[in-house]
Amino acid sequence: MTNASIAWQVLGDPTRRNIFERLARRPMAVVEIADELPVSRPAVSQHLKALKDAGLVVVSRDGTRRIYHVDPKAVEAMRRYLDRLWDKAVESFKDFAERQEELSDSKGEKQ
Amino acid sequence: MTTARSALASVRKDLTIKTSPAHAFRTFTELFDQWWPRSHHIGKAELKKVVLEPAQGGRWYEIGVDGSECNWGRVLVWDPPARLILAWQINADWQYDPRLVTEVEVNFVAEGPNLTRFTLEHRNIEKFGIRAQEMWNAFDSEGGWTGILNTFAKLAES
Repeated sequence: MTNASIAWQVLGDPTRRNIFERLARRPMAVVEIADELPVSRPAVSQHLKALKDAGLVVVSRDGTRRIYHVDPKAVEAMRRYLDRLWDKAVESFKDFAERQEELSDSKGEKQ
Repeated sequence: MTTARSALASVRKDLTIKTSPAHAFRTFTELFDQWWPRSHHIGKAELKKVVLEPAQGGRWYEIGVDGSECNWGRVLVWDPPARLILAWQINADWQYDPRLVTEVEVNFVAEGPNLTRFTLEHRNIEKFGIRAQEMWNAFDSEGGWTGILNTFAKLAES
């Protein structure tokens, strides 16, 4: 079975789907999810385990709390990539904008 | 939680530029092609030009040397010379995805007669984690289950 069809089966449960949609919006701890839904904490934990086993969410630690995220490996890789890209881009932008400024200065065409 | 979330899900840049906000804004937008790193583009053809149409709703796209066009996104907020919000709609597979919207907000604040505080934030990066294509395919193949598709679509547009 492909990852996608496992994911589909796991998300066939409405409560699980609801939890997954909430995690897609922001990472959350079990207690936060349980507070927002008419579901007990142990039940939320069971659903999270199913989502985790399907590779849909993973866990990180924030002090003593376990925080659930949607696929953060892809997110973190993307974040790092974009961080480098924007570093390069804004440096290039700064250099270019300041060079243009000097050019217009030297021509006496200040805006 | 807010801190943990933003640390995970956004990229921020903050620098001072020796020019006016008006000039910085114009350079960032109208002259986008002239400062954007040439190596970063998504089309198969070599990059000829990147265009950021200078208006609300304007397109943001690249043109290849063979004339082909690839969308990157669009202008969500056009508020010269102070603020610009772009929709970055390139997914983790380096394809344009109209259902994906991540935001790039750029602010230009005067700090002196010829000095601009420039900040850039690329946010909603968590949306890259939904494994969009794989999921859409799975749901599409089942047909009729449109509820979750709509939820994702709303998420992507929120």
